[in-house]
Amino acid sequence: MADAIHDIEIRNLYKIFGPDGASLVDKVKNGMSKEEIKSRYQHVVGLNDVNLTIPAGQIQVVMGLSGSGKSTLIRHINRLIEPTAGSVMFDGKDIVQMSQTELRNFRREKTAMVFQKFALFPHRTVLENTTYGLDIRKLPGKEAEERARRWISRVGLDGFEDSYPNQLSGGMQQRVGLARALTNDAEILLMDEAFSALDPLIRTDMQSVLLDLQAELKKTIIFITHDLDEALNLGDRIAILRDGEIIQQGTGEQIVLRPANDYISSFLRDVRRGHVITVRTIMRKGERSDTPVTLPHTTLLEEAARAMTNENTNRANITDAKGNHVGSVTLAKTVAEMIAPDDTEEVSLEEAVA
Amino acid sequence: MDLIDFPSMSRGDLRGLRMAIDSGFRDFTRAYGETLENIFHPIQVLLVFIENLLIDTPWVIVMAALAALVWLLSRSWKIVLGSVISLCLIGYFGMWDDTMSTIAMVAVCTLIAVVLGIPIGILMARSDRANALITPILDMMQTMPSFVYLIPVVMIFGLGKVPGVIAVVIYAIPPIIRLTNLGIRQVPADVLEAAEAFGSSGGQKLRDVQLPLALPTIMAGVNQTIMMSLAMVVVASMIGVKGLGQPVLQAINNQYFTLGVMNGLAIVAIAIIFDRSTQAYGKRLQKHLEAVHG
Repeated sequence: MADAIHDIEIRNLYKIFGPDGASLVDKVKNGMSKEEIKSRYQHVVGLNDVNLTIPAGQIQVVMGLSGSGKSTLIRHINRLIEPTAGSVMFDGKDIVQMSQTELRNFRREKTAMVFQKFALFPHRTVLENTTYGLDIRKLPGKEAEERARRWISRVGLDGFEDSYPNQLSGGMQQRVGLARALTNDAEILLMDEAFSALDPLIRTDMQSVLLDLQAELKKTIIFITHDLDEALNLGDRIAILRDGEIIQQGTGEQIVLRPANDYISSFLRDVRRGHVITVRTIMRKGERSDTPVTLPHTTLLEEAARAMTNENTNRANITDAKGNHVGSVTLAKTVAEMIAPDDTEEVSLEEAVA
Repeated sequence: MDLIDFPSMSRGDLRGLRMAIDSGFRDFTRAYGETLENIFHPIQVLLVFIENLLIDTPWVIVMAALAALVWLLSRSWKIVLGSVISLCLIGYFGMWDDTMSTIAMVAVCTLIAVVLGIPIGILMARSDRANALITPILDMMQTMPSFVYLIPVVMIFGLGKVPGVIAVVIYAIPPIIRLTNLGIRQVPADVLEAAEAFGSSGGQKLRDVQLPLALPTIMAGVNQTIMMSLAMVVVASMIGVKGLGQPVLQAINNQYFTLGVMNGLAIVAIAIIFDRSTQAYGKRLQKHLEAVHG
């Protein structure tokens, strides 16, 4: 199994779509807006000075609405799209500078990709789809088949090896897409809105399949989504993209607790905060309460509230990873944090000023 | 100025121009005709070989081989049975040898058209410039009356099989080129992107993704090419190609109604056999597209 040990470092990445994008990079660097580039030069700014370090072995979610540039960004990591300027470093090499042969080998050995519309090969069976990455690396057919069968089984498609993609439902097709990518045994897994085309139940189902696999595989996964719940559920780290720029990055909890601007806050309005925020962030450090409930510091607020109400108490002690006491929380504080911060106060303040 | 008559070249000039081009071409024919004939000689050898093979082999074996071929392509007993019955009727009405000549001719022409046409189609699919360049040539090949390009062909090669093959191939090759090009261009972009993302080289993409997905369309092109070569047998018979076209031509010249109808129907019969077999084959290639999740 290829352990993911190399971070991916994206530095000052620009993509300007159009015949003469390179000449406009300086204008964008000097602050010309996307709209101005569009109206004056008929070029479209896809990515604007993106800097992102994707940690090895973790799930990095890139979130944004359609047109934010997230699909463009993920295609720069395996250079399906050529950047206008900038670099993407991996294992000491700049992917942007690679020759065609180097790039092909990088794609074959270091990356695998899962697509929003599955992009399976309709003329190949499930098994043949799954071996594709190994076939083009010219691995012996037998070994390729063995490895493919293992992953087909892992994603729960036993017995469908000889079916054609058209015979499968959407959810099953994307399992094939996942098996095809995993069979490549690459360090980097690129997932471009991989679950967006699936209906909600199957989507959550696939998310847990992915999380289960990742717990054991520890690949570097770049996951693109427009769905905040999906981002919070999957992402070790989340970057939020708007108009080709990263407007905030951090863990899900950091973003929920401290949204960088109103745009992000508006996203977060319907989030199940109790499902994202952990007791660590709201506890009173050092304080010790007289209560039968003791919780690890990574407990989610929902779980903490449930634990306290079950024990009919309104306090809980918190311990760190080693089991040492670090602080305590109250039920009232826990519940208050679960409810979205009320912004009526700010509004009334503004009214008062007006 | 006279607005009724279009201001044209003087008659003398026009005749001069025509004579200059004609004599230039005649000189070219005299100088290179033999070389060209030698280059194309293998076609004649191949055609004569297949023709003799079909005519000299006992008819039972030929019929069995054709039936087996139809079965392999179509996997349909109905089509095989229909083919055998039509071949029996053709034989019974004394058209066996001419039919075999025609089948040999169509086989050779289709083979040449496929061998030349598919690579040209691939080239057109991969390069927009080649596409822009070749498309008007194909338009010309398809619309130029076949008798017009028969003239230079006959001037170079004289009467016989080779000029016949060349004329038929010129007429029948455009569909295979066009449909190969179309088939490859129609491969969905997301599937190609997936192949690219897994690190396929250009050749691997072509072999593993583009050609297999284009194959049903390419088969439709092969089918069209066969039909168009069959349509040309009568025209080709005017320059000495043996086969069912000759009796038809004879019938036209002498107003032999029955002879014309019988041989015409024989052409129709083999056309239907070829068409149904290749279409059934093309359909089988698309099996994977039919089984939709329900």
